Amino acid sequence: MNYIFYFLIVFSIIVGAINGRLQDVVNSVMTGAELSVKVAFSLIGIMAFWLGIMRIAEKSGLIAWISKVLKPIMKILFNELPEDSPAVGDIAMNFSANAFGLSNAATPFGIKAMEELQKVNDKKDTATNSMCLFLGMNTAGFQLIPTTVLAVLVGIGYKNPTEIIAPTLLVTSIAFVSAILLSKLFQFLGSREGRNE
Amino acid sequence: MSSVFNLISLWTLPVLLMVVLTLGIVKRVSIYEEFTDGAKDGFKVAVKIIPYLVAIIVGISMFRASGAIDIIANVLSSLFAKFNIPSETLPLMIVRSLSGSAALGVFSDIANNLGPDSYATKLAAVMVGSSETTFYVLAVYFGAVGISKVRYALTVGLLADIIGIISAILVCNWLFA
Repeated sequence: MNYIFYFLIVFSIIVGAINGRLQDVVNSVMTGAELSVKVAFSLIGIMAFWLGIMRIAEKSGLIAWISKVLKPIMKILFNELPEDSPAVGDIAMNFSANAFGLSNAATPFGIKAMEELQKVNDKKDTATNSMCLFLGMNTAGFQLIPTTVLAVLVGIGYKNPTEIIAPTLLVTSIAFVSAILLSKLFQFLGSREGRNE
Repeated sequence: MSSVFNLISLWTLPVLLMVVLTLGIVKRVSIYEEFTDGAKDGFKVAVKIIPYLVAIIVGISMFRASGAIDIIANVLSSLFAKFNIPSETLPLMIVRSLSGSAALGVFSDIANNLGPDSYATKLAAVMVGSSETTFYVLAVYFGAVGISKVRYALTVGLLADIIGIISAILVCNWLFA
C-alpha cells in the first residue's frame, strides 16, 4: 500500500508535468480531498439506517438462523474463524445485499463483518487471512442483476437490455471464484513460508 | 423476461424490510429501540473511514487528472487491436478498479456515442456490471477497522479484476461478436 500511494501521487505529478496538466493535478488534490469527505458523509444516513435494521435482524434471531444455514460453506472458506463467530451472519448478509444489487446496504453489512473479524485479530493494524478473503470476494462485485448498467442501456434505447445479464453473471462469477482461489493460494503460500505478518 | 428482473430489483428491498421488521415484532423485539441503538454507529463508522478515503481518492484523482490513463491506453492499444477489442473500452478497463463513478461515466459515454447496436457498448456493459471498485472497497472496509497493512488483499482484488476483464472479453466475443 505504501508503494501504491507513493506511485499514485509521484507518478501523477511527473506525468502531469510532462502532459502540461500539472495545474489539473494540483486542483485534483483539493477536489479529491473534498470528494472523500462527501463520500463519507453521504454514507452516514444510509449506514445508520442499515445498521439499525441489522440490529433488529440480530435481536430477532434472523442473523443467527442465516449463519446456521451457511455455516458449512463458511467453515470451508473462513477456516481461521472461531466457531460461532457472529461475523458469519454479517458476511452472509453482505453477500446477499451485494447479490441483489443493494450496494447501499451491502457496505454497512460488510463493515460490520470486518469489525467482527477485527475482534479475533491479534495484530490490529494488519489484515488477517479471513479479512483478505472477505475483501477479495467483495472486490469481485458479485451481483445477480446489474441495475445501474441496465438503466443506462434502457436510457439509450437498447432493445433487449436483459441480454447482458447472463454474460455479466458469468463474468462476475468467474471473478468471484478467482478471488476466492487466489486468496486461498496466497494464504497457503504465506503459511508455508511460516510468515505471519 | 425483463419485467421479471425489474420486479425482483424493485421488491428485494421492501421484502427484506418487511421480513426483518415482522420477525422482530413476532419475536417481541423492541424494534424502535434496537433500531436507534444500532443506527448510532453510522456516524462513527463514516468519520473513521475519512482518512483512508482521502488517501485513496486524492491519489486516484491526481492519477486521472494527470492523463496517465490515456498514456496506458495508447501503449496497450496495438495489443488490443490484435484481439478485436474496441479501443473505446480501454480507459474503462483501467478506471474500473479505481473509481466507480468514473467507470459509470466512461460507460455512459461509450453507450451514448456508439449506440445500442455496437459491440463496444455490450462489452462495456458487461465489464461495468461485473465489477466492483477495488480501491474503494479496500479503503472503506479496511479503513473502518483501522487496518493499514493490507497484505495480499489488494493483489487478489486486482488479479480478480484482470481475470474479470479477460473473461468479459472472451464471453462477449463468443456471444455478441
